[in-house]
Amino acid sequence: MSECCCHDHDLDYRYQRLDEVIAQYKDMPGALIPVLHQAQLIFGYLSKDVQIRIAEGLGVPLSEVYGVVTFYSFFSLKPQGKYTIGVCLGTACYVKGAAALVEALEENLGIKVGDTTDDGMFTLSITRCLGACGLAPVLTIDEDVYGRLTPEKVPEILERYKNKR
Amino acid sequence: MMILRRKVEKMDLYRRQVLICGGTGCISTGCKGVLNEFVKEIKNHNLTEEVKVVETGCIGTCDLGPVLVIYPEGIFYQKVSVDDVKEIVEEHLVKGQYVKRLMYTPPTSSEPLPEYKDIPFFRHQLRIALRNVGLINPEVIEEYIARDGYTALEKAVTEMTPEQIVQVLKDSGLRGRGGAGFPTGLKWEFTMKAQSDEKYVICNADEGDPGAFMDRSVLEGDPHSVIEAMAIAGYTIGAKQGYVYVRAEYPLAVERLGQAIKAAKKMGFLGENIFGTDFSFDLEIRVGAGAFVCGEETALINSIEGRRGEPRPKPPFPATVGLWGKPTLINNVETFANIPIIILKGAEWFSQIGTSEKSKGTKVFALAGNINTTGLVEVPMGTTLRQVIFDLGGGIPNGKKFKAAQTGGPSGGCLT
Repeated sequence: MSECCCHDHDLDYRYQRLDEVIAQYKDMPGALIPVLHQAQLIFGYLSKDVQIRIAEGLGVPLSEVYGVVTFYSFFSLKPQGKYTIGVCLGTACYVKGAAALVEALEENLGIKVGDTTDDGMFTLSITRCLGACGLAPVLTIDEDVYGRLTPEKVPEILERYKNKR
Repeated sequence: MMILRRKVEKMDLYRRQVLICGGTGCISTGCKGVLNEFVKEIKNHNLTEEVKVVETGCIGTCDLGPVLVIYPEGIFYQKVSVDDVKEIVEEHLVKGQYVKRLMYTPPTSSEPLPEYKDIPFFRHQLRIALRNVGLINPEVIEEYIARDGYTALEKAVTEMTPEQIVQVLKDSGLRGRGGAGFPTGLKWEFTMKAQSDEKYVICNADEGDPGAFMDRSVLEGDPHSVIEAMAIAGYTIGAKQGYVYVRAEYPLAVERLGQAIKAAKKMGFLGENIFGTDFSFDLEIRVGAGAFVCGEETALINSIEGRRGEPRPKPPFPATVGLWGKPTLINNVETFANIPIIILKGAEWFSQIGTSEKSKGTKVFALAGNINTTGLVEVPMGTTLRQVIFDLGGGIPNGKKFKAAQTGGPSGGCLT
């Protein structure tokens, strides 16, 4: 996400991109979910206003948009941090100690699962099986995958992202 | 095809090939850095003309990553770091001396096993669905073609009738690999016979069961096998459009499959008038959004239609009322991956593999948990769990006693 001094301008630009996406997908059957994916990429989360814009743009009732957004765990109604941490709690990771990783992350970041740090850096979430079971336990930070983890390795990994700021 | 063949034969002119695993597992342990270092060191030693570096799909031994195999010798190196690359290049590629310390040593022995084919994890496998995974670069369509890729599609659309294709699948004994084990030939027959102006083919790549990553490895390592099979399915049932529904947790699979679809379109294996016939077929990817239930076929269909992924009552089955209310053929990734080779080698060949009764062919298994070698294996049906755990997987770490194995995901059970 870019740091912009004048937020209104930034927001206008994002809505403009959303409108382009809606126009591009409008005539495709089953467009709602692909548009929601794109919208979440643009805004980071799906606010009420964004959902209204999509409902109007695609000619789908708002109730249906909201119904779909709340059905799928990938869509978020709350703003997300700059980086999203996903701890895999699939069976293989769980057996190999993923719960201890969650505890270590909660302690290090001072937040609970589902929350975002006050500085807006990290959102802590739980994911379904990532299919990297051979490397369990596993976590992801955005697109990066970290495997064979122990709670002791958590601070060092977080430090890399804190320093990227 | 002839022109293509000539183009791909050129690839064999390299004296050696370094196959580096680029599956999700090895990426997380740093294979990209290793690959870049190889390219750099090979250049430094003026070997660019002689040695080719290939990024493949998942080789299977996720726990030992980053892994690589050097051909033609077939030497397997494990846990290779960027710092090891120079030594491999200088010793192996230049002097022809193998780097012993990076070889695999079985837990029960002190002598390393240099060759890929001798390592128990690979030796006991029979790779049909995974025939190309770990051997080709999934992002280069020519490598798939060089291994008979798209010749099954050519044979199907130019030499076979839909009825003949259905008969081959029925005779082969192939059953759905998604879990229910429904005879694939019958499913294709039902959808072929359904009367409608429009029909659809769907590939179920919403592999949601925790611990399972078989389909991910096929999509990441050999996406064209699925594309080719879906086109054959389209020809057989009379569909012009297919969808691959991939879960959002598999970004690399989505990327490689998307790239492969583009390449197949460019080559004319998808699109209008495939192989100069009247048959036209197109493919689209739909990405899931994190809902376990969408692996169920009717929930998946709802999700493609842009709705909440809630299951529909059955009957009607998708073969009669599926996507957008039209007859729809829906198969799992691994099922599709088996099909091109069955078309090429025939039903008899396939039906001789597996058990003498109902389970033909092979099955891919994902090994995870407290086992020496975790990863992905493909074995003939009828192989015992004991063989999979102790022969291929190398047994339990530290010589501990076997307690229980959980099979088949959440719907399976614990075997003791």
